[in-house]
Amino acid sequence: MDVTAENPSVSENPSGLREAERQIAELAEHQCRVGEGTPEWEDLETQIRKLRKAAFADLTPWDKVWLARHPSRPKAEDYIERLFPDLIELKGDRCFADDPALIGGVCEFDGRPVTVLAQAKGRSTAENIRRSFGMMHPEGYRKAMRLARQAEKFRRPVITLIDTSGAYPGKGAEERGQAQAIAECLKLFSGLKTPVIGIVLSEGGSGGALALSVCDHLAMLEHAVYSVLSPEGFASILWRDESRAEEAAGVMELTAQDLKKKGVIDSIIREPLGAHNDFNYVCSQIDEMLREQLAGLSRKKPSQLSADRLRRIRSWGIDSRRQRTEQE
Amino acid sequence: MNIFTRRRKELEAFKRAVLNRKREHQTAQIPDNLFEACPSCGKSYLQDKLQENLYVCPDCGFHIRIGARERISQLCDSFRETDKTFCVPDKDFPGYSEKLDKARDLTGLRDACVCGVAKIGEQRFMLCVMDSRFMMGSMGQTVGEKIVRTVEGAIRRHLPLVIFTTSGGARMQEGILSLIQMARTSAALEKLSEEQLPYISILTDPTTGGVSASFAMLADIILAEPGALIGFAGRRVIASTVREELPEDFQRAEFLLEKGFVDRIVDRRDLKDELGVLLSLHERRPLWT
Ligand SMILES: [Zn+2]
Repeated sequence: MDVTAENPSVSENPSGLREAERQIAELAEHQCRVGEGTPEWEDLETQIRKLRKAAFADLTPWDKVWLARHPSRPKAEDYIERLFPDLIELKGDRCFADDPALIGGVCEFDGRPVTVLAQAKGRSTAENIRRSFGMMHPEGYRKAMRLARQAEKFRRPVITLIDTSGAYPGKGAEERGQAQAIAECLKLFSGLKTPVIGIVLSEGGSGGALALSVCDHLAMLEHAVYSVLSPEGFASILWRDESRAEEAAGVMELTAQDLKKKGVIDSIIREPLGAHNDFNYVCSQIDEMLREQLAGLSRKKPSQLSADRLRRIRSWGIDSRRQRTEQE
Repeated sequence: MNIFTRRRKELEAFKRAVLNRKREHQTAQIPDNLFEACPSCGKSYLQDKLQENLYVCPDCGFHIRIGARERISQLCDSFRETDKTFCVPDKDFPGYSEKLDKARDLTGLRDACVCGVAKIGEQRFMLCVMDSRFMMGSMGQTVGEKIVRTVEGAIRRHLPLVIFTTSGGARMQEGILSLIQMARTSAALEKLSEEQLPYISILTDPTTGGVSASFAMLADIILAEPGALIGFAGRRVIASTVREELPEDFQRAEFLLEKGFVDRIVDRRDLKDELGVLLSLHERRPLWT
């Protein structure tokens, strides 16, 4: 993981999607020259729409990895501005520091107070460096736990937005107990006596993403990816060859569709042309999903919520047909 | 693969394991294998002598990695294995079933951990021991489920829980389903906490990745063996990210003790006694009688 190079694989993606995006960029440039409203402009617009539709109709897993990391894909802050515009950010873990890779705070949503915990990749390179590319340190997970306990205390639901390639791998992170922080986070959320709803926005990688995924309803954007490790890391561990990342993505079953089939996620947020082209539509679906889930979950007693979640995690990812014990 | 070919494959694997064990036994007579060298100081010792010393180097005190069965025989006065044959059916990831076969031949285990009801003296407890010889002790669905069941066994029987961890992390071949075992085991431990039952983990070399970031770090009392490598991210990954000098003892048990993430480092030769005392201190008894 090289934090100095932004989205290193973007330029290496050889897929049809990338070629289509290149052509679209060219057409759009041409469009600017001819001026809006002219017949030629309309014609170009139709071409762009066609190209985009064709490209998105048949995305490979590697396309989705590329898309999930795309600089123009909306980040947590974009969603917060739209869905939780009045968010009052609350900072710090009360132990060591504030972790800018996690935005936490409170606001009103659908007429009730909620706590929002959002893994934040930056929208520019400078911001990305400040936010460690959305890779949280132990203090980030401890901030998440502090705000989750606070939400439980004041009986407000927790909404988590997940977008990280993984927890930060560094000297300080290890010294301050990255493993312990993630472990405690997993344990705390599993028993939290308030509703928790998670949304995988773009990239969900390893334990760093899982720590915010223990919830009552886990939704995922149609073209987001979620996996045990990045395809690069996967290829390097299994085949000792990082360059086989595309091949790895092909066998890792990391798409929303794969995970829905396995019962790892509960619902898929549609984004027919990618969230960056369909931001309004995506936000309206998230809004609707949140209202619906919150309405249902708010009817449960706090003790019922944690009991149900513990049961849910107990059977997470277990295919009932395969649950039987194999006897020798 | 139908049930008959699978059965046959399993039978063959079992036979191979038996043969291997026999072979080990035979080769033990040959002087070459009669000795084992300490990986740290290089001194050679008679196998018997090393075993007698619990595979701790008599000279430099280095703790040599040991398998789950050896650990149990060192530690327990009695042990009854649970979920002995439990196994989530093999996944079809390319090359995975061959790797599993190999690991099963090597260790005689079905997967990377052994669970059961154990006794030290009169102290009964639920025990789970991981084995790093089995695909680096990686946690897939079988290990995850066995740990969940062991935790639930502790709750059902009102017994303390002891887990010996050793693992390189998640079992890559099982993908996302290996990752979520971190959440499943942690949630099981949340239930154990609610029941106020004690949990002691002993971190042995190496305990990293998904296992360190779940049940290894969630115990009421965390012990570690001297020199054990314990951490979340791999040293190589960290070195390539931060480009700064990492201390000599980085991610070693002693480093974690200093940083406040383990309670005690315990020499393997003292472990049985210390564990017995800790368990007896956690026996349920009326307050102030
Ligand atoms: Zn030695």
